[in-house]
Formats: sequence, structure tokens, C-alpha cells
Amino acid sequence: MKFTEEHEWLRVEGDLVVVGITEHAAEQLGDIVFVELPEEGTTVSKDDEIVVIESVKAASDILAPLDGEIVEVNEALPDNPGRVNEDPLGEAWFFKMKVEDMSALDDLMDEAAYKDFIG
Amino acid sequence: MSELERTALYDLHVELGARMVPFAGYEMPVQYAPGVLKEHLHCRAAAGLFDVSHMGQVVLRPRSGAAGEAARALESLVPVDLLGLKPGRQRYAMFTDDAGGVLDDLMVARRDGDLFLVVNAACKAGDIAHLRAHLSDSCEVVELTDRALLAVQGPGAEAALAAHAPGVAAMRFMDAAAFDSAFGPLWVSRSGYTGEDGFELSVPAAGAEALARAILADPAVRPIGLGARDSLRLEAGLCLYGADIDTTTTPVEADLGWAIGKARRAGGAREGGFPGAARILRELDAGPARRRVGLRPGTRAPMRAGTPLFAAQTGGAPVGQVTSGAFGPSVGAPVSMGYVPVDLAAEGVTLWGEVRGKRLPAEVSALPFRASTYKR
Repeated sequence: MKFTEEHEWLRVEGDLVVVGITEHAAEQLGDIVFVELPEEGTTVSKDDEIVVIESVKAASDILAPLDGEIVEVNEALPDNPGRVNEDPLGEAWFFKMKVEDMSALDDLMDEAAYKDFIG
Repeated sequence: MSELERTALYDLHVELGARMVPFAGYEMPVQYAPGVLKEHLHCRAAAGLFDVSHMGQVVLRPRSGAAGEAARALESLVPVDLLGLKPGRQRYAMFTDDAGGVLDDLMVARRDGDLFLVVNAACKAGDIAHLRAHLSDSCEVVELTDRALLAVQGPGAEAALAAHAPGVAAMRFMDAAAFDSAFGPLWVSRSGYTGEDGFELSVPAAGAEALARAILADPAVRPIGLGARDSLRLEAGLCLYGADIDTTTTPVEADLGWAIGKARRAGGAREGGFPGAARILRELDAGPARRRVGLRPGTRAPMRAGTPLFAAQTGGAPVGQVTSGAFGPSVGAPVSMGYVPVDLAAEGVTLWGEVRGKRLPAEVSALPFRASTYKR
């Protein structure tokens, strides 16, 4: 699993990359009450704001971690946003993307580096 | 920036795992480990303990010794009937300014020889200066800085508190009374700001932590932070000073006209006689131009404070704006309050709130969003 400084995790699944947010991020955000996902088929560039999540406290964006295309979104989340707090690393993934350059994953943090990053 | 103040319960909050944040000059618990959503639901299902010691506790002591003198004096600053307030009863009130705006909202309880006021933390210095500037001839204005203020709210509140002050069980909503306790003399009102039955307890600071621990020893009671306090009061349709009411809103616009008793209205025994009376009495008679309403967003997206409101899905200028908005845990959907022109203020009217550049529907809805459970 790889991690971004925006507290996303990325897991390679065949030729796709599954993206979610980390436990640390979910805990910091507090109870998630709203999730708005991008449309499947959307072409995205790194750092595009593609998902909106709102917790009881505030709204935040999830950025595209890499260049690519959104091929699948987790349709279960908008109706059950609380899953993000319950299972952020598992069931509550946000989207799967086809990444233009898989080698770009190598530049991201591994778990040990992410742990250092969040202190 | 000046140092943040701490309440008598600071160490207990930290011990209980609270996330502490700056609020109105104090370090206050915004949430504990369960988080805002679970704390909110727990308060409605069982009971919650809140530290509201940041709020101001003020005694208005009449120099003549007759409590009626303090009531008469305070009536010159609020549009509420206080001479009609019986000993042992409390009323909601607001300080108004000359333009009819709201300087702060407060609770006023009549005791045998004086009035006991609870004012907002962010406004208390201004309120006390205001009271002293206008009422010093007739009253001594005493800020109680050596007392904490706790709230116990929810269906389990009565049992949790009655274990330590049995007399509270006989109180009704907005009753206020003194009790002796193992934690020092308590001043208790059967009130709160969650829409739930419950109590607010003024306790000597030295006894506050022991009282809080004793109440928390009841398994029904959990500590609740400011985050859930805000969502609870929003579902209950109660105004947050600085968000839903301020100097730019009148009590009538804020739909708080119910707090203005007959005696203070046109034709009443003590008509007017408070700051901004001309405008407020006119609005009571002819109706205000705009009014605070409840709003139920049509999607799951919360419409938060500042969201502009439109009459149509496209075009036009904003007709109003949201002043409080969040996900309502007990409602199970987002809820908001805001000001709209009276011709758009009827229940069922569809308005449009602009969220992240998109206009989303919101229906004008009755307040409160969730019926109160006060013991009347």
C-alpha cells in the first residue's frame, strides 16, 4: 500500500489503483456525513479535487493522487458515509482508477514513511 | 493573543480524552473519544454532561433589597416581562440595542432577593459593562467567577441528578431553585439548550469536579463536547448567538417574538421602554421583512452557515442566507436555519442553496426539527 501527503492510500489491484483515505484522516475529520463521488469515466490530473466529503465539522476535498481515469466509484458510500469512519482501509474505498504511469506510485510513501509523516 | 482560560473541569476533560479547542477565550472540549455523532445520539437516548462554565453567571442585586427593583431595572434593557416572573422561575431574554438588534441572549431567573443571569461566554464582558453602565443606580452587578456551570441533559438527566439533589425531581421546565449538596450550594434550573429535558447547575468551582464525577458515575451519563452541543441545539431550533442572532437581527426577525410578553407589547401595562422598542413593536404589529426559518436540504449535502439562498434554481440575486447548518444526527439528514423574506418563509416553500457552485433544493420547514422533551 502507498500513501500520499493528502492522507490517501493507494492499493494496486490488477491494472487498477484503488484509492481511499487513511484511518488517521478519518479520525481527524470526525464522523463523515456526506460523500460526493466523481462520475465513472472522468479523466483526472494529479491534485484535481474529485471527491467531496463532509464531516460533522467541515467539508474537505479528496484530490486525484495521480493522472489517470476514474473507472469505478464506490456507489455504497453516498448512502452510507459513516462507513468511511468504520472501515476506511477496506470497504470504504472511494474510487478505482486507471493510472497513466504506474511507476509514479514509486514516488509515494510506503507505510513506514507515512507513519513517520503523521508523527 | 491573550492566554486561554480554563474551567474548573479542565483536568477532568483531559483525563476523559477530550479534544480541547479554543472557544470564546476558553480551552473547551469539542468532543471526546466517541465523537460528535455518537455523543449527540447518546444525549438524546440517555443523558449527557456538558461543561458550560465558560458562560457568564451574573447576579443583579437590587440596592433596595427588593427583587422587583432588579426586575424593573433589567426590563429597561430587555423586551421581556420580568416583573411578571415569579420567584423560582426562569425566562429566556435578549439584550437589544437602539436599532432593535440583539446584543446577546440570556436566561434570567428570579430568586427571592435578586435576579440570576446566564449570558454567553463571548459576550459576557460586554454584557456586564452594559448592565453596569445602565443599572448601577439601582442594582449591584456581580459576576460570579468562583462558580462552574454544568448541564445535564437527556431522558436520564433527572435520575442522574436526583441522586445528589433529590429535590430536582419535582421541578418543571424553567423552574429554578437552590439546593444544598455534598458539593456545595447548588443553583439549579430545569432547562438547557439541547431540546431535551434536563438541568443547568451552578456549583462552587471547588466542588465542580467532584459533582461532575458523581454525575458521570451514573452509567447513563457520558460527557458531551461543544460539537454535539451545537448539533443538539440546531435540531432543537435554538439560536446560536453570533450565528443566528446578532446586532443585525431583531428578536422578531429571529422568530423570538414569543419571548416578548404582553405587558411589554403595544397596549401592554409596560409597553416598550427597552432599546429598539420602536422597531421591535412595529415588527410585532406589522410583521418583519424577513424571518428566521428552518430549512431541510433536499440532498445529503449539509448547507452550512453562509450558504446563499435563492428563490429559483437559476438566475436572480440571493434572497437570504443560512446562519447555522449541519448534519442532524437524530433527524438523520442535514438541517439548517436561515433568514428569508417573509413571502418565502412559509413551510413547504422550496428555496435553493448554493453549495460548491451548485444550487441544491432546500424546503422551508417547521422548527424545531425534533420535538422537545421538556417536562412542563
